[in-house]
Amino acid sequence: MSEKRPASFYWLALVFAIFVLFLYGPVITILVLSFQGPEGGLTLPMNGFSFHWFAELWKGIGLIDISQGLYNSLELGGLVMILTVVMSLMAGLAFRYRFRGSSMLFYTAIGSLIMPSIVVSLGIALEFRIVDDSIKALGDSFDIGWIEDNYSTALGMFTSGLGAHLSWTLPFGLLIMFAVFNRFNRAYEEAARDLGASAWQTIRFVVLPMIAPSLVGVALFGFTLSWDELARSSQAMGSTSTLPIELQALTTTVTTPAIYALGTTTTAISFLVIGMALAVIFIVQRRRRRHGSDAGQGLV
Amino acid sequence: MRLDSGLPDGGAVAGGSAYPLRHIKKKAKTSPSRWRPYWQAAPMALVFFVFFVLPLVAALVVSFWRYNEYSIIPAFTLHNYFAVFDGCISGLPSLCTTFSTYLSTLRFCLIVWAVTLVLGFTIAYFLAFHIRTLTMQLVLALVCIIPFWTSDVIRMISWIPLLGRNGLVNKALLGLGLVSQPVEWLLYSNFAVTIAFVHLLTAFMIVPILNSMLRIDKSLIEAARDAGAKGWQVLVHVVVPLSKTGIAIGSIFVITMVMGDFVTIGVMGGQQIASVGKEINVETGFLQFPIAAANAVILLGVVLGIIYGLTRFIDIRKEL
Repeated sequence: MSEKRPASFYWLALVFAIFVLFLYGPVITILVLSFQGPEGGLTLPMNGFSFHWFAELWKGIGLIDISQGLYNSLELGGLVMILTVVMSLMAGLAFRYRFRGSSMLFYTAIGSLIMPSIVVSLGIALEFRIVDDSIKALGDSFDIGWIEDNYSTALGMFTSGLGAHLSWTLPFGLLIMFAVFNRFNRAYEEAARDLGASAWQTIRFVVLPMIAPSLVGVALFGFTLSWDELARSSQAMGSTSTLPIELQALTTTVTTPAIYALGTTTTAISFLVIGMALAVIFIVQRRRRRHGSDAGQGLV
Repeated sequence: MRLDSGLPDGGAVAGGSAYPLRHIKKKAKTSPSRWRPYWQAAPMALVFFVFFVLPLVAALVVSFWRYNEYSIIPAFTLHNYFAVFDGCISGLPSLCTTFSTYLSTLRFCLIVWAVTLVLGFTIAYFLAFHIRTLTMQLVLALVCIIPFWTSDVIRMISWIPLLGRNGLVNKALLGLGLVSQPVEWLLYSNFAVTIAFVHLLTAFMIVPILNSMLRIDKSLIEAARDAGAKGWQVLVHVVVPLSKTGIAIGSIFVITMVMGDFVTIGVMGGQQIASVGKEINVETGFLQFPIAAANAVILLGVVLGIIYGLTRFIDIRKEL
């Protein structure tokens, strides 16, 4: 550590510092501005300090019901998180063996990751429209009363919306699982099996505890990506709307700090989730170090 | 990210294929476990099939369908494609809407790609070669990544207090006497869109490039130095070629995200700047699904072409 640092270090450190300021400065500004006094506007300086705009936000801005969007986003984010963890873990386990179609599945996941979201979103909307039209045609031609009377659309938050979000979160989950299992020492599993553990016991008592921090990482990606997802949701949510959709709609109509208050609220929830995830990871790592195992270390 | 250089099974076993016990186990395998990978991968495969593959097929098919005010009609037509390129050939040399929209989007792509590449490379280089402890590398990398877990729209509107008409930048410029009137082109402009893209997407460059750089054997750099290479020669002849894969992956992310964007260009452009994604969004708003689908198929073709160009010299799977 005593080696003298070259001059380039200080220049690069300066660039890094400016980048961090560029990254966080604006967001911190709106976090501060959301506590504007009732007379305050969208820009600095602060005009007093109050929770006025948070109160305004809860009263509802215009026609939009913020609490419903908040609730929808939380519910969907939670479900997406659970499904992302379970499906990514299962697929990650599968990819450790050669199976037919594995590289096709891998490249499909990569494709889903880099596909422009508007294309996926439109495609899902079209797919569900075709399904709707087919079901209605079926109802008409066979005179099925229930369809004729009640059926309107299959589009919805927990059908097309959920799928749209999963098409975005699962590739991240799969890539993390790849990174995890590429560095996973299979000797531990072999040892467990030699000691008589069944396949399920090996996973439950050996593999899962070792990769737990990485699964927390997958959960973090699952929730936050869903919580903030907008582009893929745009055509796929049907009549429901999530918080980012409402927020985007508000950018064109709202000219008060209430929009910053909404920004502060969503960012606070994001940071809460990120903080919780990182805390869990660090606690698990610390406990491990105390117990002398370095398995799965640092595979966030 | 590779953050585990201390693991006992570091390099040799990575990928699993070189693992000696694999063959023994395969022989000992009973038939139920032969099917295990299939059902384990099935849920994810099903989701991708229903919510990624079929939608793309649907978009492709519907792009050849007719439509009226109420519904889409399954009857073959090329009309949607003609409508997209309406007047594009006959109107030359003046550009039709589609060409000028693509040109504008491609210009954003190029500028944002160049800026995020230089910035991302510089920061990754700093983290990989100037930060000495793994913990510090991890912490600083997290500092760069955490905003990625927060909302894009909020990160966009957070530029309003800085770039707006009465924003911080204008106040500073006025205060310094550099301008006599507030500068109008800071917000809701091409400039604002570019700033927001760089703000949102640089992390997508940093992570893959950092990942590549952390794999570079430090002794290679020492060898280059010993052989008399100057600092920039090491950079150009050793670090850049060995970071090529990361650069390509980051570039794919940035380019596809800018190409398909409609949110950033919409919000930061004050809904005044055209983009391909926005056009698709507007058309679906008017229920013109087949023409939106035709636009989506063309966009897809352009993006795939760019990705094909970039992937010719990398293997993504090797990076993980």
